[in-house]
Amino acid sequence: MKSGFRARNHPAYWAFIVHRASGVLLALFLPLHFWALGRALQGEAGLETFLRWSDQPLVKLAETVLVLLLAAHLAGGVRLLMLEFLAWRDWQKSLLAAAAGVTLAAGLIFLLNLV
Amino acid sequence: MAASPKLTVSVWRGMESGRFQAFEVPRLESQTVLDVVTYIQRHLDPTLAYRFACRVGMCGSCAMTVNGQARWTCRTHVDKVAAHDRLEVAPLHNLPVVRDLVTDMSPFFDKWARAHGRFRGTRTREDDFARVPPDAPQRLLADAAIECIGCGVCYSSCDIVAWNPDYLGPAALNRAWTLVNDVRDGGNRERLAAIAGDAGCHACHTLMSCTERCPKQLSPTASIAGLKRAAMVAALKGGI
Repeated sequence: MKSGFRARNHPAYWAFIVHRASGVLLALFLPLHFWALGRALQGEAGLETFLRWSDQPLVKLAETVLVLLLAAHLAGGVRLLMLEFLAWRDWQKSLLAAAAGVTLAAGLIFLLNLV
Repeated sequence: MAASPKLTVSVWRGMESGRFQAFEVPRLESQTVLDVVTYIQRHLDPTLAYRFACRVGMCGSCAMTVNGQARWTCRTHVDKVAAHDRLEVAPLHNLPVVRDLVTDMSPFFDKWARAHGRFRGTRTREDDFARVPPDAPQRLLADAAIECIGCGVCYSSCDIVAWNPDYLGPAALNRAWTLVNDVRDGGNRERLAAIAGDAGCHACHTLMSCTERCPKQLSPTASIAGLKRAAMVAALKGGI
């Protein structure tokens, strides 16, 4: 028999889902990132047009989500490295909270810089 | 507390394919899930198959899936798990179902053997006792993981086992970690080689379901992390 949602509903599993989903979404974003950088190769004007386009509020909002994804993936990765390489303590759940806190702080700082 | 006098219990009947059968069981004070299953078998349907032995959380034979989560049923109070006086009892996940609530534990224990879970002594009967100070660092690491009763709750809760049926699983790796830290044991080279493979400790994604569900509050995740480091050090030194 296979287990369902009830077996998986605990903080560490959610951390795993966030880490995996943010990783996949960031990987999907990478081609767009390289394409944007590639515009610079074709001259200043092309990049400038793109950068002006990216000043729109909706794009900025999407960028905030991107910053959140990056922060979540980074903080989640640091958490995993600490779990696997440092001497084990009973603070796994505190690490989870710290990772979530770092993620939110990074997103908020980015948003504050915008407005 | 004004508990309702009846408990509605859905119990898995059949093998891999089967269905849930509903029973009404009297609700009693301090009742455990194992008490409920036993009541059904003794009073309502003697054909119900389930497994238990000690009833006091020592033998590890009564683990089942209760309301979707693997648990030791003898030490799980109905109060704690039966929301709205409803219980759903099913066999453990990730193991072949023999019948009703009984799973075939052979794959689980075969993996203990594959993980070299057996002590390999280096002394003979002519030698003196090995003296291991209780506060020695390795002894403390082994102590933290030694109380496993082999109930299979962690194995049943582990997604990696579901994804890769060859994966040794949290309990077997936890056992290997206690032996890696046993200074009297002489089989670590082979043991680390056995647990460092594709289906060994490095397959763990640190989902921590084993740690979350272990009824003995052990942390197989910590043991597996220890094995990952031990295997890495052994590989760097050319030991495996």
